[in-house]
Amino acid sequence: MTKNIMIVGVGGQGTLLTSRIIGKTALEMGYDVKISEVHGMAQRGGSVVTFVRYGEKVNEPVVEEGTADVVIAFERLEALRYAHFLKKDGVLVVNDCRIDPMTVVIGAKQYPENIIEMLREEHTVYAIDGQKIAKELGNSKVLNSVVLGYAAKHIGFTKDAWLDMVKKTVPPKTVELNVKAFEEGYNA
Amino acid sequence: MNKQIMLGNEAIARGAYEAGVKVSSAYPGTPSTEISEILAKYDEVYTEWAPNEKVALEVAIGASVAGVRSLACMKHVGLNVASDPLYTFAYTGVTGGSVIVVADDPGLASSQNEQDTRMIARSAHIPVLEPSDSEEAKEFVKYGYELSEKYDTPVILRTTTKLAHSQSTVNLCDRTEVADKEYTRQVGKYVMMPASAIGRHVVVEERENRMAEDCSEFPVNRWEKGSGKIGFITSGIAYQYVKEACPEASVLKLGLVNPLPRKLIEEFAKSVETLYIFEELEPVFEEQIRSWGIACKGKELFTKQGEYSANMLGKVLYGTDVAVFDKADAPNRPPILCPGCPHRSVFSVLNKLKIHAAGDIGCYTLGAVAPLGVIDTTICMGASISALHGMEKARGKEFLKNWVAVIGDSTFLHTGVNSLINMVYNKATGTVMILDNRTTGMTGHQEHSATGKTLKGEATYAIDLAELCRAIGVPRVLEINSFDIAALESAIKESVNGDTLTVIIAKAPCALLKGQKFPNKCVADPEKCKKCGMCLKIGCPALTKQADGTVKIDETMCNGCGLCKSYCKFGAINVVEK
Repeated sequence: MTKNIMIVGVGGQGTLLTSRIIGKTALEMGYDVKISEVHGMAQRGGSVVTFVRYGEKVNEPVVEEGTADVVIAFERLEALRYAHFLKKDGVLVVNDCRIDPMTVVIGAKQYPENIIEMLREEHTVYAIDGQKIAKELGNSKVLNSVVLGYAAKHIGFTKDAWLDMVKKTVPPKTVELNVKAFEEGYNA
Repeated sequence: MNKQIMLGNEAIARGAYEAGVKVSSAYPGTPSTEISEILAKYDEVYTEWAPNEKVALEVAIGASVAGVRSLACMKHVGLNVASDPLYTFAYTGVTGGSVIVVADDPGLASSQNEQDTRMIARSAHIPVLEPSDSEEAKEFVKYGYELSEKYDTPVILRTTTKLAHSQSTVNLCDRTEVADKEYTRQVGKYVMMPASAIGRHVVVEERENRMAEDCSEFPVNRWEKGSGKIGFITSGIAYQYVKEACPEASVLKLGLVNPLPRKLIEEFAKSVETLYIFEELEPVFEEQIRSWGIACKGKELFTKQGEYSANMLGKVLYGTDVAVFDKADAPNRPPILCPGCPHRSVFSVLNKLKIHAAGDIGCYTLGAVAPLGVIDTTICMGASISALHGMEKARGKEFLKNWVAVIGDSTFLHTGVNSLINMVYNKATGTVMILDNRTTGMTGHQEHSATGKTLKGEATYAIDLAELCRAIGVPRVLEINSFDIAALESAIKESVNGDTLTVIIAKAPCALLKGQKFPNKCVADPEKCKKCGMCLKIGCPALTKQADGTVKIDETMCNGCGLCKSYCKFGAINVVEK
């Protein structure tokens, strides 16, 4: 059975690196893996989506609406935007933060209130304040490792397998900090 | 054998390396850019950024004539720029094998149209290979060189965004060094004057017919027998959607998508009850297959627009939909100019002066949308300058009193400079703004001929844009810091109201360019903030309006450019050290 993971967020939040770590861990576990990324325009503060699919044999590189086992959202509004990609008993992992899109900044649209509560009505939702943990660790750039650690419990694989891949993938100078960030998220 | 997970583009670069390619030239363009960046890391391959795709292809042709395997890479619209050499390259054929990678963008992830490269290749009589995953991408590049040398023709490797930017597993092989071919003068083959070209046209047709005859046996065209009564003819990423949605169907997977294997297709069509042609964009297969009297279903069911998916196929075929939840109504999050972007500063001035801009291709296209809203036209690379000129010739110089052209540094060197030469030559009076951010921004920071560095990272001569403009005869050239809004305002006012052709080079590095330090940040003082919203009109994502109407500036996003401060009349924003 193919497992479908979707990672969504705002350009610049590190979602691409997260999807690569998930994909490489699955590859290491012996699965066939496909990762699909969005480049170009979407990097400029736009909504960013990446997909990871793994299983015995994976064909399509993208996850379709109604089929995601896990959606990892790095921002609340993006969680709301893509929650319908979840399958019936799928899990939504949300980094509980708010980044206003330009449509809201200029007053053309309202940022929806109570997103997490709204999402809980239909889905299984796990929320974490990743920024706070990253800031406490002294570097807001490790947000993605915190969120990955938090989401990892819902994806499977052993903690050691995850940590091995984090160590191999992040820049060498930041290994210790990212491992700590992953642990914090994992234990949250 | 070493197994790795690779982007389609990374696999293409690897394929070129393994095929023994010696020379590669390209201009950046999503979704093809990473191929050159990755290939540049192999010391055995000479790689470069050319100023545009026409130059890149001509470099590859020269390398082929000189007897080595060569590569040119571009996005679909880049092939339009390179189409002049392309059509004649089909006539000359090759000495060293030559592959042209062209990346189509169905769904318009980062492009101005959805054209289908297979259509151009058909009219140019050039064979096209189309892979379905990263492993095939690598192997098809190598096969492309075999075909190129066997049939004496350039070969196009067509990809699409999903293929280029998806990762899947690849088995690495060693590089095969290919001996340089001896150079011999062949006027009939390489000097395309009418007397030779008449003969070469015959060769082109014979070659295409021969390949069309042979290709039913090519291993890249694969018949996968299924258990059902329906059959699909498909290629590229669309093949993956068929396998996902209809695993039981018979599939004729085309690896060579021009010319088509008629014998194989006829046999396949006979073997199934219902034949579907599943191809993104244009009905290139379908029209040819129908013209052979074969009944099939295609574009009456499947759109010519955007990307396909397995779910879309399932919906059409079985009326099933995998979606279980409704889509929520969430405010859009369109891409925007980054915090600290120098383009924002320039656009804020144009917006204030109520000036229209003929735009071009790059991040600055984002200046078309609210709240800046200054770009009125975007056509193709270089078109801003020539379109402005056309407006003046249509409506007179008075019409340009509230118009400028805006173009980036890399785009100016791509094809904008030709348009500026035209303005000088034909006595134009307009105002051209070169937004010089010292890089090719939109595609992710590639070097170009005015940055002083090559693709390989070596130091080189940097073209001085102001000197270049003066040298071609622009009478008035100004260089202004992009964040000096007072100087920009007076220069723009004077230029649009004057009668002298003026180039204003607005200079400041892209905010994302590596190696920059941002020691400052902007801070809003809620006591002094009058909630007027003026600072929000520059459209900086670091600024948000709070519930009480005052403005807050996100300190991690802000890099202290101070543009918001310049637009606050109440002194409520300060630039302080981080």
